[in-house]
Amino acid sequence: MSRISKADRELQLQREAAGDHLYANRVRVYPKAVHGPVRRVKWIVLSLCLVVYYALPWLRWDRGPGRPNQALLLDIWNERFYLFNIELWPQDIYFLTGLLILAAVGLFLVTSLFGRLWCGYTCPQTVWTDLFMLVERKIEGDRNERMRRDAQPVTFDTVWRKALKHSAWVFIAFWTGGAWIMYYVDAPTVTAEFWTGRASLPVYFFTGLFTLTTYALAGWAREQVCTYMCPWPRFQAAMLDEQTLTVTYQGWRGEPRQRGKRDAATQAGDCIDCGACVTACPTGIDIRDGIQLECINCGLCVDACNHVMETVGRPRSLITWDSLARQAAKAQGRHEKLRLLRPRSVIYAVAMLVALTAMGIAFFTRSSVELSVERDRAPLFVRLADGSIRNGYTVRIVNKTAAPVAFDMRVDGLAGAKLAVADAPVTAGSGEELTLPVATDAVGVYRVLLTAPPGGQTGGQTGGQTGASKDVDFVLTDPTTHVSTRYHSTFRGP
Amino acid sequence: MPTKIEKDSVTGRDTTGHEWDGVRELNTPLPKWWLYTFLACVVIALGQMLLYPSVPYGVGYFHGLLGYSQRKSVDKAVAEVAALRNQSLDAVKKASFEEIRADPKLLATAMTAGRIAFAENCQPCHGAGGGGRVGYPALAAGAWIWGGKLEDIQQTITHGIRSGDPDARDSQMPKFGVDGLLKPEQISQIADYVMTLYGTPVPGADVAPGKKLFAENCAACHGDNGEGKREVGAPRLASKVHLNAGTRDAVVAQVTNPRMGVMPAWNTRLNEATIKSLALYVHAFGGGE
Repeated sequence: MSRISKADRELQLQREAAGDHLYANRVRVYPKAVHGPVRRVKWIVLSLCLVVYYALPWLRWDRGPGRPNQALLLDIWNERFYLFNIELWPQDIYFLTGLLILAAVGLFLVTSLFGRLWCGYTCPQTVWTDLFMLVERKIEGDRNERMRRDAQPVTFDTVWRKALKHSAWVFIAFWTGGAWIMYYVDAPTVTAEFWTGRASLPVYFFTGLFTLTTYALAGWAREQVCTYMCPWPRFQAAMLDEQTLTVTYQGWRGEPRQRGKRDAATQAGDCIDCGACVTACPTGIDIRDGIQLECINCGLCVDACNHVMETVGRPRSLITWDSLARQAAKAQGRHEKLRLLRPRSVIYAVAMLVALTAMGIAFFTRSSVELSVERDRAPLFVRLADGSIRNGYTVRIVNKTAAPVAFDMRVDGLAGAKLAVADAPVTAGSGEELTLPVATDAVGVYRVLLTAPPGGQTGGQTGGQTGASKDVDFVLTDPTTHVSTRYHSTFRGP
Repeated sequence: MPTKIEKDSVTGRDTTGHEWDGVRELNTPLPKWWLYTFLACVVIALGQMLLYPSVPYGVGYFHGLLGYSQRKSVDKAVAEVAALRNQSLDAVKKASFEEIRADPKLLATAMTAGRIAFAENCQPCHGAGGGGRVGYPALAAGAWIWGGKLEDIQQTITHGIRSGDPDARDSQMPKFGVDGLLKPEQISQIADYVMTLYGTPVPGADVAPGKKLFAENCAACHGDNGEGKREVGAPRLASKVHLNAGTRDAVVAQVTNPRMGVMPAWNTRLNEATIKSLALYVHAFGGGE
């Protein structure tokens, strides 16, 4: 049953009749060029992000012969992630989960302290949109020229400038998509293969896909991504509070806003209603309306307004970074201290620290050798001619070290038991101890037979019970480092 | 009944002219994108009807212009897989056992082929992993009746045991009881002695007469000390691994009216490479010699 009351429905109909629909067409945003310290910081962050993104895959890292020498390589085909001197196997994937948790909590912490810094400065959507806008400005001119151009009939000048702009965008988008692929396959190899038509279909597909998305999202969709597609602006309200620093219009100082000259008689505020903050905004909002979900906190309006304030001879920082609490205090003529240390930020910081510590411990105690032992399920045991009982096990040894290792294996918990490798093509020896060679960066699989001598080897042997089992531990030792790995299993008898 | 098409004041849309008890229906056409998608689907469906098997005639059906058939498609895929499998099995066929075991890749191929063939053909009698059961030898135990070398196993699988194949392994145990060669009490005495060979002697039994009877009647094949003889497929008796149930009654039954297992000659069903793979796989259960 609909919960909309009749009155509400009628109100909605009235609004729609008046042309006020729930659906609104996009109003094109023509951001004006801004100069100032905020803009400078934004350029620096943008350049850093782009340099890291494009250059990182080309960074080399020597891992020895036969191993990839790319510093950062997410080798999905071969199931290995290489991050500098770290090598992750599929079973280490929880580190990635940890990293994501860390990133999320970090984002919460920064947002609770300084608002949407991520959105305004480092989000790829912001970085590439900013870059695309720069290209647009260089080719088509600044805000006013672009608006005039779009309003007037199409001329040759407009056509070639637009064509050039889109070509430049596609070019940048292509390099973006191309660089993306290089994180997954060796960069120099894939570059050579790409241009000689020898690269695999997925390489061409994903390059094309990311070219397309970059072009569409940074060139066309822009602020709509932030407003309609991205979930972050929707739930960031949960991280913000009265103490969070956000880009703020100091209404108590600016209002009542008034255009033109002013004298002592008029009670006008500092805001001259010039609209510089609005035209500078890349998402096309008016910061004077207060905090709103479209605002990515980039602070370009701060630069724009400061420029105007200097021109008209008023104090700077009519728009600045401030908290709601401090603004409320200032409006009453009080000064309130900035509070960075609050329960919220402390909880986020502690959560981040816990995640970091857990990951650190997990990482530094993670072994480079892993052992797993799987007991044969059929037959449960084999009785030999002399009455010995034998169990079969499949032993898997993961060797993540950079060298081949001939591991020693013994079994604890079964007196007098003998080990042997079933049908080993290599001489592995047999007896109390086995030697199991495993190549570097590989998994060695052996079928190991464990034989207990006749009489009393299992709990149920004398009583003739069936299904009796004895606990045994397989112990794997690296003879060079003397590091042991244990794996618990059972030995079954009649 | 269609009455009057009029404009709805609230929405500004036309009505369809249908009216039921004063309720009028708005004319809300399908969205264009939906309509055109639907029409495109119809066109594609007609095309598919022409190209692929579609209309049933009652007897037979329209085969389509492409002549496509799922049966043909499956046959082709099966043939492709078979060709691919034969490629790798060819290498197994050509190589000797030593060569296969020295080449990890070839060994892996053979072991995989062996595992599948064993599960399909051997497991019902010999049990998963070669565990065996009463009347069917335990392959993993190493208590071979006819020999446990790779070549022996290959020979056994290829030609079978008492299978009727000219090269089959064959032997007969006399029907000591049924044919009257031994009296029931003699058989009973032999059983008492055999139980000592099994390592589970019958308490208080006098085994001396049984031992004498064993030496006269059984030792020729089963050996003086019950160690068995592979040339004639006589199982080793001085062992904890038994082909029968391992009880005194089972021994009496076997001597009275022997049960002699039959294994088919698999050369009629499996190719050489598969049999070789099977030999390697069975050998690797842990009983191989």
